[in-house]
Amino acid sequence: MKAWLTHHLHSFKAAFEQFRVSPLATLFTLLVIGVAVALPAGLYVLLNNLDRAAGGITPQAEITVFLKTGMSEPQARALVNALKKEADIADIRFVSRTEGISKLEASGLADITAGLPENPLPHTLIIKPKEKTPAALESIAVRLKKNADIERVLLDTEWIKRLAALMRLGHDLVFMLAAMLGLALVAITANTIRLQIYAQQDAIEVARLIGATDRFIRRPFLYFGGIQGFIGGLAGWGMVMIGLLLIESSVSHVAKTYGVTFDLSGLGLLELSVMLAFSTSLGWLGAYFSVGQTLRKVETF
Amino acid sequence: MIEISEVTKRYPGGHEALTNLSLNIEQGELVFLTGHSGAGKSTLLKLIAAIERPTNGHVIVRGQNVGRLKRAALPFFRRNIGMIFQDHKLLYDRTVFDNVLLPLQIQGLTGSDAAKRVRAALDKVGLLSKERGRPITLSGGEQQRLCIARAIVSRPALVLADEPTANLDDAYARDIMDMFRAFNEVGVTLIISTHDHDLIRRYGGRSIQLAYGKYVGEQVDKHGYNQVKDHVA
Repeated sequence: MKAWLTHHLHSFKAAFEQFRVSPLATLFTLLVIGVAVALPAGLYVLLNNLDRAAGGITPQAEITVFLKTGMSEPQARALVNALKKEADIADIRFVSRTEGISKLEASGLADITAGLPENPLPHTLIIKPKEKTPAALESIAVRLKKNADIERVLLDTEWIKRLAALMRLGHDLVFMLAAMLGLALVAITANTIRLQIYAQQDAIEVARLIGATDRFIRRPFLYFGGIQGFIGGLAGWGMVMIGLLLIESSVSHVAKTYGVTFDLSGLGLLELSVMLAFSTSLGWLGAYFSVGQTLRKVETF
Repeated sequence: MIEISEVTKRYPGGHEALTNLSLNIEQGELVFLTGHSGAGKSTLLKLIAAIERPTNGHVIVRGQNVGRLKRAALPFFRRNIGMIFQDHKLLYDRTVFDNVLLPLQIQGLTGSDAAKRVRAALDKVGLLSKERGRPITLSGGEQQRLCIARAIVSRPALVLADEPTANLDDAYARDIMDMFRAFNEVGVTLIISTHDHDLIRRYGGRSIQLAYGKYVGEQVDKHGYNQVKDHVA
């Protein structure tokens, strides 16, 4: 156990020694890894915020129903009561013709309404479904359209569908970007480690000759790759956070023009740890490939 | 301890470094391998140390068939052998002390126990005062002695030395030979390749002669008494 610990400590020291030996090269590598991590992470954060912004609108998903113009108000109210009993309808707000016209007048269109010979508005129902998915809205709308008392059913699920599709596309993009840049991360690490190994080929050969196992030789490089990935991941996180800070004021400005306040959300602890685990293990993997290749070349036995 | 039977080593390209070689070396022996350069001395040492595999025949060291060793078993096999290389193979990016510490580190030994053994080995080769120096600051003879310290620090039962006195002046060579003699006296088996006949004459013992990869003969030189054996295999 003690020997195992000292082995690992020794590898750790050797890995840090590498950082000390070439600080500038290491810094650049860390920046590159940081960018590779920051790109998918940044896109992810952007999507998340977009999702949140859109989320404030989604609950308003409702169906607007215009009844036939000839219907009297008691008839309309009876229909409302009948519809309220249907299982998938949560609530119905009834807007009578007179209520509708007075609302129009109140909103500053009194000039226009005054010029009308009679109230052209039908009774209107605003139906809230129990489920807010596009599919649920659709099925209610289809049923309502068959009702003889109903003139028109207005259902604006298209934009919800489009938004959902766009979000899905965005998430796919995040995954694709993460996969591609993850591959790049492995390649970057493998390359930096290859250069290190090149400088240390003698040491590796000697160590093999006097009885070092592959693990012993590999370990410091694996640590180096892992640590480099970890710090690179932190750098990527820092870049995303700085980026958010930079656009925060303009985002709140945009939000203000819509009359809302909107705070950008960054990367949570869970996301940060996923990111770091991702970059660390990819760095480790890159080192593993690189050292394995050299070991096979050095030892020809 | 070492059993070599009908061993041939052919390198890619067709060069045959050893041809049908057979010999036995017992535990506790001090054996010289002699012959001109290219006779196959280094190749034989490499086969014994499992640095190379024989093309044909068996090399059996301490009961293990070198030709059949798996890659994973190699490190553990080599830990029982102290190798002294002609080109030293020292690591110039670390101190004299750290060079000698390396075999112990590899075996998982660190701390004060390891430091004690490193200093003992350095003391034996007379480099204790230079433990903090870098190998590059040492003379050729001192570098060779450092290589010896690294080979013996893990107390191997078998030490292989490839031309340990080449490029050294006479006084250094004698120093090193005295050291080998001392190791041998405490039971270490030594195989030393050399083309320095004066050295052999001075120290005596068994010497095996190779020429063009073939066994030529051997003699046991004891107190001026020459006993020449014929090629048996």
